[in-house]
Amino acid sequence: MSLIEAPRTPTRGRRTGGINWEKWGWIYMRASGVVLVVLIFGHLLVNMFLGEGVKAIDFAFVGGKLSDPFWQVWDGLMLWLALIHGANGMRTIVNDYATNPKVRTVLLAGIAVSTIILIALGTLVITTFDPCPAGADPALLASFCEAL
Amino acid sequence: MSTAVADKKPAAAEEIPTFTATLIIRRFDPDVDEEPRWEDFDVELYATDRVLDALHKIKWEQDGSLTFRRSCAHGICGSDAMRINGRNRLACKTLIKDLDITKPIYVEAIKGLPLEKDLIVDMEPFFDSYKEINPFLMAGATKGGKERKQSPVERARFDDTTKCILCAACTSSCPVFWTDGQYFGPAAIVNAHRFIFDSRDEGSQVRLDILNDKEGVWRCRTTFNCTDACPRGIQVTQAIAEVKQAIIKGKP
Repeated sequence: MSLIEAPRTPTRGRRTGGINWEKWGWIYMRASGVVLVVLIFGHLLVNMFLGEGVKAIDFAFVGGKLSDPFWQVWDGLMLWLALIHGANGMRTIVNDYATNPKVRTVLLAGIAVSTIILIALGTLVITTFDPCPAGADPALLASFCEAL
Repeated sequence: MSTAVADKKPAAAEEIPTFTATLIIRRFDPDVDEEPRWEDFDVELYATDRVLDALHKIKWEQDGSLTFRRSCAHGICGSDAMRINGRNRLACKTLIKDLDITKPIYVEAIKGLPLEKDLIVDMEPFFDSYKEINPFLMAGATKGGKERKQSPVERARFDDTTKCILCAACTSSCPVFWTDGQYFGPAAIVNAHRFIFDSRDEGSQVRLDILNDKEGVWRCRTTFNCTDACPRGIQVTQAIAEVKQAIIKGKP
């Protein structure tokens, strides 16, 4: 809709349909940032201060946390939100400062690949981690596994 | 008492104190220079002199080849934005005595636009962005009567952004614009804001669509360089944030 015909042809092409990634990227950064403040400070509080504090962190502590569905969701959310948030920030910096198209493509691809690998590995650990795998050599297992 | 009067000689006009300031100016003559070079000048100045006066003194008394733009010399035409001691200012609104004159004053052209000569840059890319946001009132026929009425409150909504003089101090202080000349830049967004939030205007949706582009408001990193640079005191970053909000809401 244009009430008065534009006096000149715009020099850049207008965006026609499709998802506006720049806009959703911007909104994602704000939304994930707010959620991450809660998730990260909650994570630090539980690990570093509550109970015995930082001394309590050992294999059993982590194993216990990762077998609790509540912490699985918490850590999973933190992993996905933080990695995508960080990768998007890096993408923005590359877009701002890498002027050579080839360098830009390589850097962006590097960011994308490393983010995907890290998210996949992290998700795999969070969802499948078992501190006492069945049928393993008892000598290699943690001492608390005997109680199970 | 006549003798007393005779004793008083007419007082000589009191000497106005002057001081010497050193200006280091980034010169570039495209006919001679491969690269810009820094050149220093010592100028005798009064406390009331501005950077523009110093440049005039250099041009008129020392080196006539010094090239810079100026027009009204009173901070309203927007011709003489330049980088003074690393900050974008208008030469005609910067008093020398407000700068630290124990050190040299560095003067160079604004960044991010093609340098043509000395302190002159090519402003076309800047005005191209400005033109693209349709900087004119888009309104159909008046509905009854001859006027488009606007209340003082409606006028106040966009008052801040009407002050823009298109000097390019904000756009050329923006780090995103330095590295990516495709970005619309703060000045174009400020002028879009002036019409988007004008109650008489009916084309705000067109402008919001233009600024919702890949190179539109989302490139803004909220660094506040533009707000610091604006010689008119416009809250530029706030205006950009308001345009972002309007795009998300879909209306001003």
